[in-house]
Amino acid sequence: MENRIDQLFANKKSGILNLYFTAGYPSLQDTAHIIKSADQAGVDMMEIGIPYSDPLADGPTIQASGTKALENGMSLKLLFEQLTDIRSFTKMPLLLMGYLNQLMQFGIDDFIAQCKTVGIDGLILPDLPIDIYESEYKVKLEAANMHVIFLITPQTTEARIRKIDALSRGFIYMVSSASITGAKKDISSTQVDYFERIKNMNLKNARLIGFGISNKETFDTACAHAQGAIIGSAFIKALTNAVGDLEGIVHQFVAEVKGKTEK
Amino acid sequence: MTFQIDKNGFYGEFGGAFVPEMLFGNVEELQNRYLSIMEEADFQKEFQALLKDYVGRPSPLYFAKRLSKKYQAKIYLKREDLNHTGAHKINNTIGQILLAMRLGKTRIIAETGAGQHGVATATVCALMGMECIVYMGEVDIARQAPNVSRMRMLGAKVVPALSGSRTLKDATNEAIRDWIANPVNTHYIIGSVVGPHPYPDMVARFQSVISEEMKWQLKEQTGSENPDMIIACVGGGSNAAGAYYHYLDETSTRLVAVEAAGLGIHSGHSAATSVLGSKGIIHGQRTILMQTDDGQIVEPYSISAGLDYPGIGPMHAHLIDKGRAEVVNATDQEALDAAFELTRLEGIIPALETAHAFAALPKLKYNPRDVIVINLSGRGDKDLATYVKHLPDGE
Ligand SMILES: Cc1ncc(COP(=O)(O)O)c(C=O)c1O
Repeated sequence: MENRIDQLFANKKSGILNLYFTAGYPSLQDTAHIIKSADQAGVDMMEIGIPYSDPLADGPTIQASGTKALENGMSLKLLFEQLTDIRSFTKMPLLLMGYLNQLMQFGIDDFIAQCKTVGIDGLILPDLPIDIYESEYKVKLEAANMHVIFLITPQTTEARIRKIDALSRGFIYMVSSASITGAKKDISSTQVDYFERIKNMNLKNARLIGFGISNKETFDTACAHAQGAIIGSAFIKALTNAVGDLEGIVHQFVAEVKGKTEK
Repeated sequence: MTFQIDKNGFYGEFGGAFVPEMLFGNVEELQNRYLSIMEEADFQKEFQALLKDYVGRPSPLYFAKRLSKKYQAKIYLKREDLNHTGAHKINNTIGQILLAMRLGKTRIIAETGAGQHGVATATVCALMGMECIVYMGEVDIARQAPNVSRMRMLGAKVVPALSGSRTLKDATNEAIRDWIANPVNTHYIIGSVVGPHPYPDMVARFQSVISEEMKWQLKEQTGSENPDMIIACVGGGSNAAGAYYHYLDETSTRLVAVEAAGLGIHSGHSAATSVLGSKGIIHGQRTILMQTDDGQIVEPYSISAGLDYPGIGPMHAHLIDKGRAEVVNATDQEALDAAFELTRLEGIIPALETAHAFAALPKLKYNPRDVIVINLSGRGDKDLATYVKHLPDGE
């Protein structure tokens, strides 16, 4: 079967919304419910965060959601159980986001097998270096048609971006600025210059912009320079402040972000 | 077999640089430049001059007569406690600040557990007029108050790490996050032989002055460069790496690493990494670390703030894996007892971290003629509040 990420980018060229959330947050059993609600609300793709004790690339909001999820009893094993029926109600591409240590402990073969069973399409592992990916993981993951998404930042050199582009499948994750994850209010002109610089490189992969995308304004700006954007911390905040039903909150958040972008 | 890193920064299967892309540029710059900078004549001249006139090196190698009598061996103490700022940590911070200056960096960040590395970093920043930010776990700020005051006096900003166990591991996470957000002007001075390549090798080289001096000092005092055994405590492993460095290939010298067993190895309150740990990734390195089956890093415990690190440097993971180094454990109580014993026999108050190295003596087998060097990594001024609380009965 064709990878759902590739299908999405083949069918939709702009305004792609990828939402990140932490599995097991706010409550242990919310995982499937959040995915279902997001799908109905018109989200294009989701990143499911595997909560981790030491998330180096994450800011306070995602850290806190991970800590809470772990307190709630979340684990990778339980996550796969929660995702067992996921393909009965969503066709969205689904990515797992976590840290390499979690995969090492689970065992890479078991991990891939579980991903295939439940219907995961790709992985984001911020601390997986590309040379280790090539020497230790690439063969297995490509054989399983699991896309690994790599990050680039404003500091990534052109030569390295080309290398990452050649190695990537699915899309390239453009980190919007030198930072850890976390919602910011606006996007600076320096950031826009960087978005344009990458756009003009004509990479073979699509690009999604993430880190600091938080609302309609920043989402629209990102979409003007890439195929879409990834929102994490702002969504987690919405879930945190949530009173009332999860479904309503997810719908409201997506409606606010998409506003008139979705015609 | 080699005990040095290979061209990719691995000691056997341990080491490497598992960093997010946001840090790739910085880490790569260090990888490409650390050796050539360290080899520059002008760097060496400045480094050696500061070690001599500012740190006070060479540190003495002292024959501990009464301790030797008690333990029936020839015990020598490598007096890193006599260095400026009171521990071995300054050997590394002097080296790294000179490197940072040559990389054109203007802002320094560091993590600290016991505060010794924080003080050593704040010291060299004051010396060079650099901005200094030290991340320290909230718990450690409370239990190492004298060092917090010293860092503030030296002009450093001490930022509490409030996440996780609020100790050394979390301070390291916060420092790494700071570096991600400030990749251009900032150099991160890591305080031990941990972190992504080239840190473990770079810090080991800066600390290798310890064993370099031991060689000629032992030759002078015993007639032979090589001792039978070297004992050092291991948090991340920098004082041990420095004490072992020039003996790694001298396999007739036993290398003993002492880990903190807290309230007991299997008590659930321990930092005995090599016993309780398994392979994984922490702070950008593949090594042995304490973790759950789910791959969550476990919060370690030790009475000593400099030893409660859930991992060990990749060099030590490799040395232990290959049987080159042997591991001994010491509980909180054993370390306290050893500290009081050393104080009363030799008039030297060791740091709590260092006390663990002395606690290994009754647990080891050796011959009465054996020459043993214990790396006296630091002095105990910072730990007086803890020691006073535990003064032996009736005092
Ligand atoms: C005096 C002293 N010894 C040892 C250590 C442990 O660190 P390492 O294992 O890197 O030598 C510390 C750390 O704070 C220390 O202050």
